[in-house]
Amino acid sequence: MGLESKFGQSFITTTIDAVVSWARKNSVWPMPLGISCCAIEMMAAADPRFDIARFGSEVMRFTPRQCDLLIVAGTVTYKMAKVVRKIYDQMPDPKWVISMGACASSGGMFRSYSVVQGIDQFVPVDVYVAGCPPRPENLLYAVMEIQKKIGKTSVLEFTDQPLIELPVINERKN
Amino acid sequence: MKEKIESKLREKFPNAILEVNDFRGDLTFLVDKNSIVEICKFLRDDEELSFDLLVDLCGVDRAKRKDRFEVVYHIVSLKNRYRVRLKVRVDEKDCVVDSVTSVYPTANWHERETYDMFGITFRNHPDLRRMYMPEEFEYYPLRKDFPLMGIPGSLQLPKR
Amino acid sequence: MNTPQEHSQYKSKILETLLTKATDVIIEDTLENGMVLNMGPQHPATHGVLRLLIHIDGETVIGCVPELGYLHRGYEKIAENSTYHEFIPHTDRLDYLAPLSNNTAFALAVEKLAGIEIPKRAKYIRMIISEMARIASHLVAIGTMAMDVGALTVLLWAFREREKLQDIMDLLTGARFTTSYTRIGGVASDWTPQCTAMLKDFLEHFDENLDEIERLLNTNRIFLERTEGIGVISKEQAIAMGLTGPNLRATGVDYDVRRAFPYLDYENIDFNVITYTEGDSLARYWVRCDEMRESAKILRQCLEKMPEGEILAHDPKNVLPKKFDVYTKMEELIHDFMLVNFGLNPPVGEIYSSVENPKGELGFYIVSDGTGHPWRLKIRSPSFVNLQSLPLLIKGHMVSDIVAVIGSIDPVMGEADK
Repeated sequence: MGLESKFGQSFITTTIDAVVSWARKNSVWPMPLGISCCAIEMMAAADPRFDIARFGSEVMRFTPRQCDLLIVAGTVTYKMAKVVRKIYDQMPDPKWVISMGACASSGGMFRSYSVVQGIDQFVPVDVYVAGCPPRPENLLYAVMEIQKKIGKTSVLEFTDQPLIELPVINERKN
Repeated sequence: MKEKIESKLREKFPNAILEVNDFRGDLTFLVDKNSIVEICKFLRDDEELSFDLLVDLCGVDRAKRKDRFEVVYHIVSLKNRYRVRLKVRVDEKDCVVDSVTSVYPTANWHERETYDMFGITFRNHPDLRRMYMPEEFEYYPLRKDFPLMGIPGSLQLPKR
Repeated sequence: MNTPQEHSQYKSKILETLLTKATDVIIEDTLENGMVLNMGPQHPATHGVLRLLIHIDGETVIGCVPELGYLHRGYEKIAENSTYHEFIPHTDRLDYLAPLSNNTAFALAVEKLAGIEIPKRAKYIRMIISEMARIASHLVAIGTMAMDVGALTVLLWAFREREKLQDIMDLLTGARFTTSYTRIGGVASDWTPQCTAMLKDFLEHFDENLDEIERLLNTNRIFLERTEGIGVISKEQAIAMGLTGPNLRATGVDYDVRRAFPYLDYENIDFNVITYTEGDSLARYWVRCDEMRESAKILRQCLEKMPEGEILAHDPKNVLPKKFDVYTKMEELIHDFMLVNFGLNPPVGEIYSSVENPKGELGFYIVSDGTGHPWRLKIRSPSFVNLQSLPLLIKGHMVSDIVAVIGSIDPVMGEADK
């Protein structure tokens, strides 16, 4: 208000929080954990017709180390749950999780012995997407919701969290 | 075709064919469990019949019957375009069937699946492990006494 | 995992299998750099959640043990606890690249069990949707296979074609791809003139669009060198390993369920069963391409031959009545109530019925005890059996060939894990 007019067109005043979260929210890199049917709609969301690139999320990295949004797309079984958790642990902070589809959110139509009834039992979920499978538009909306959420976060929010102790693998003591 | 298979089998294995059934055009032979490998071998190698493709192998839990389990084989003759079902009955106490992997290598995974789901062991199987469920799982899910939602605590979730 | 004993306990059964049982290939001039490599279950090239434990020597694959079950959803147990109608939505999620085809397969199996004859128009609609599903599935198959060897454009172009088909499915069934479209005794909604127009429009451009896609690959040297002569399986081995579908036809066996055991009205349709004799990854790709052309041919014939008439059989004890009649007539209301609550009651017996799915022979083995629930329902899934030949196909090849071979087998884990 008035300050900008004094500095001319080259300056803008804002808070650090706003700048960082603005940058963060427009470059959300998803980790596409395509497990079953929803993966096909996730692929469709990336195709030219729906084009997830409009939201800055076209960089689908298949390595968790380079991602900040985990999209769990599909039915998670008990056998798979450990893998999902491991992938979540490998992602650097700050990170967000979309639970895509009825199966990931609540077990969906698979009320059976091998299916986990909702992934929120072992990973924190930010956005649940309804549908079996959700249409690509629905996933895009979820990405926008994540962006809204990121827009409200503060830079300091993620500094105090203790590091998770990862299990040591390939350690041999003979 | 049906008569030919039946007469050939009866001629070759007079004691092993226990029952013949034809329902909706599906020809079924209930055979003795000890001679299943020889029968499969005969059906595959006979030049006229040549049932060379094992399409499916699975178990069935009959729950209350005396011989509780059945193992069902579906074989197809690519030459004659004909499909036949073989069945053997297995008692719960002696849950062992001879493996047909020596005749049909594709039976390998089918038998592992049957072992995983019903607990039927296959003698002379090259690598009998669980197919779907984790190795430490103790139950057999497709048995009729296993509940649909599983047994609580039998499978672990990672901590949140 | 601190003491050696604990460490050896930790060695899983699958690793044991890999090291002791799956090493029957002996490579001369070994590099003596034996190593175990884990691939999956989260890997972009495994088309889902397939896990492979690979024993390599340098870059050469000595042994490979696939591990399944990461998507085991217990379909067969669910089926035992639901009525026949209730199970139709579950068939969508079996081979989720071609749900319409699975719907057809299951409905045909139950109709065989209950002895229901369906109207001719329903048969033709089912044929159309099966072939549409085949094209949609093969498009993804070649797209992902090309992506695995490094050509991303093919996937995008294939998806462009697939979207057109999904628009038709959306219009016809109300969902993009979990359709639940067939009913026991017919189909859920009628084929409309608008669908005909859209399908005709699609078919008009499909051949040239497919040529365009093929032109990207057929003379592409990288693609050819990464697929030609890779993953070869002989005719005898393929039959012994139980392969079906395009994977079997790529070895020269002309086994197609549509021809061998004709169902619906395929006897009266003119189409060729595509076979190649090479049996390598490239042949499997060619079979899929040519099959899409054949499917387009079948679609054109079906549109031409499709008769007018009913789309549901008249069999009140087994087939759900029309919704309008349920609201207006007493008898239909009673039948609807009985069918929805207790299911149709087929006679005691057991049947096996199979169709030619895009991946291979999809069969349903149903044991009925006369009640509304199947006593046992076994799904013979083609991907499960086709995957079994994977260790055979990649033995002796390079690590980077694994992805190309998996892409050419085209497994769908929803179906393989059931």
